[in-house]
Amino acid sequence: MNWVWFHKLGSPPHFYRLAGKMLPWFAWPALLLCVGGTYGGLVLAPADYQQGDGFRILYVHAPAAWLSVMVYSAMAVYAAVGLIWRINVAHALAASCAAIGASFTVVALVTGSLWGRPMWGTYWEWDPRLTSELVLLFLYLGYMGLRSAIDDTARADRASAVLAIVGAVNVPIIHYSVTWWNSLHQAPSVMKFGKPTMPASMLIPLLMMLLGFTLYFVAIMLVRARGEVLRRERNAHWIAAAAEET
Amino acid sequence: MFSAIKLQLWRGDQHVLRGLCFTVAAGRCLQLTGVNGSGKSSLLRALCGLLPLEAGAVVWRGADTAADRHAFHAELAWLGHGTALKGDLTAAENLRYSAGLRRTLSGAEIDGALATVGFANADQRLARQMSAGQQRRVALARVLLLECPLWLLDEPTANLDSRGQEMFNQMLDAHLQRGGLAIVATHQALALPAQRLQELELS
Amino acid sequence: MSAPEPVSALKAGSMLVRRDLRLALRRPGEWLQPLVFFLVVTTLFPLATNPELSRLRDMAPAALWVAALLSSLLALELLFREDGQDGTLEQLAVSGLPLAWLLLAKTCVHWLLTGLPLVLVAPLAATALGAPYASIPGVLAALLLGSVALSLIGAVGAGLTLGLRRGGVLLALLVLPLAVPVLIFGARATALAIALEPMAAPMYLLAAIAVLSATLAPLAAAAAVRISLE
Repeated sequence: MNWVWFHKLGSPPHFYRLAGKMLPWFAWPALLLCVGGTYGGLVLAPADYQQGDGFRILYVHAPAAWLSVMVYSAMAVYAAVGLIWRINVAHALAASCAAIGASFTVVALVTGSLWGRPMWGTYWEWDPRLTSELVLLFLYLGYMGLRSAIDDTARADRASAVLAIVGAVNVPIIHYSVTWWNSLHQAPSVMKFGKPTMPASMLIPLLMMLLGFTLYFVAIMLVRARGEVLRRERNAHWIAAAAEET
Repeated sequence: MFSAIKLQLWRGDQHVLRGLCFTVAAGRCLQLTGVNGSGKSSLLRALCGLLPLEAGAVVWRGADTAADRHAFHAELAWLGHGTALKGDLTAAENLRYSAGLRRTLSGAEIDGALATVGFANADQRLARQMSAGQQRRVALARVLLLECPLWLLDEPTANLDSRGQEMFNQMLDAHLQRGGLAIVATHQALALPAQRLQELELS
Repeated sequence: MSAPEPVSALKAGSMLVRRDLRLALRRPGEWLQPLVFFLVVTTLFPLATNPELSRLRDMAPAALWVAALLSSLLALELLFREDGQDGTLEQLAVSGLPLAWLLLAKTCVHWLLTGLPLVLVAPLAATALGAPYASIPGVLAALLLGSVALSLIGAVGAGLTLGLRRGGVLLALLVLPLAVPVLIFGARATALAIALEPMAAPMYLLAAIAVLSATLAPLAAAAAVRISLE
């Protein structure tokens, strides 16, 4: 198989231009899907028979939670690629993902807590999903803390790559242990739905929001990664040429 | 026997090595000179494999060292800035547990090496009670005991008095005569015959 | 001229163990401090709440494990820091011997000197927190497996934060989330032991984590140490 495209992608000027071109293709669909999904979720979808209108926060909570895990996986994959093939652009991508993933985790926690208020009566319960999200947030913060503690960019890249990979191996174990722990002490979470399946009118906005959030993540990641690449390559010749292009 | 091919190295934003090439044959010593900050230590660490190179290859006995690091390291004696002496052990104990990690050593060999570097073995002081010069001598004794063909030494004569420097020159000469190689970063003049000495100035 | 016959990895590992033990014996005070810290922290719990033994018994697993976790975090300072500063780790990295194996040897000695004493002292703390005497073997077993896993996971964190200023807090931030499964299963096993109920399930899970850590953590720690030596 021809791996030239892969190595070409690792070239900073090539990546910078490609990311710039791809950006609108992710940003606009993301906007449309999120708007559509929000409208569908808030207005068109019927109220849940058990939870009434309170469940609608799911349309933000579920995509945010899903993405918080997906972004961590993406970060770990980029980090591994950067570590194994020594590609600087991959490390830049991993660095860009961290803050986005942490933000999604915070959104998931806050929306989960807000959802809990009408459902459980309190703003916080040690629900297994929320507790896992909390530990995931600590993993993100640890990753960002390690990066900022090391001055040399190359060493920071490699050290945080090892951490990301170790964390990725641990995330399933942590999730399993938290679920196990919770099953000992509490009834299953109220986060599940009253019905085994959701009707299409509820499901479609959810899928739209999910896809919209994912595209939004890619768009923001590309913006951040371009900035990261510029910062790393600030002394290189191609920067001046790129500045003239835009 | 040892070559560096088109080495490229960055330290942070600094482009320290730009396509450096050199070869060292058996029985010869390469002396690295250059002002402070010119990259002598970085070059030595990169040759060792402690610093990753952005491009280029280090070749030992015809094989790329990156391909089989363990085989390369087995024949390498490295002396960096830190002496790697444990402060709470005596000189003999330090040698037994550091050189002894890689080679089976007898007490007599340890005593012999300490005598060669001019360290009185009757001295049972712990390493943290020794002067910097004495610690260097013990570190050099370790290099001797490892009996490796390739020596990479970063400022080996730091803190040594003139007798110590003479001892080092003799030690280095004997090593080269046995067919060994050395790459040494030092400002000190190495008293070696001209055909054994190469110089490389880094700027 | 070629190098003489090298020493086997096993023999090198045992030399490293002997060296570290000899060094520790010359500075015993350093190694006692994490142990004292463990006892101090377990004392804090009754002081912070109702010291009635029956009430304390409910809190005992949590108190023992949080104290053990924090104590092992403090002890991690002793694992690589000095060797990193004086150049010993560098020598290990270019010794031609597998670094993961050498670091495993160092971690074993570290556990023998910090983890094992903690496990041996734990019965005192557990009894003081209201655990019945019959529960002590179970408490010991859970802490034994847990402390092994914590030492190994901690070694990875210690390797990553080697040489960083104020690395201690960062080390805690990195290691604690990774130690959550150990805490969950270990505390559960201890709670079952104190309640004198069968504790096989969490013990198996704890053992699985310990074994997984023993195989993977030295490799990650070796990668981390090499990166920190750059």
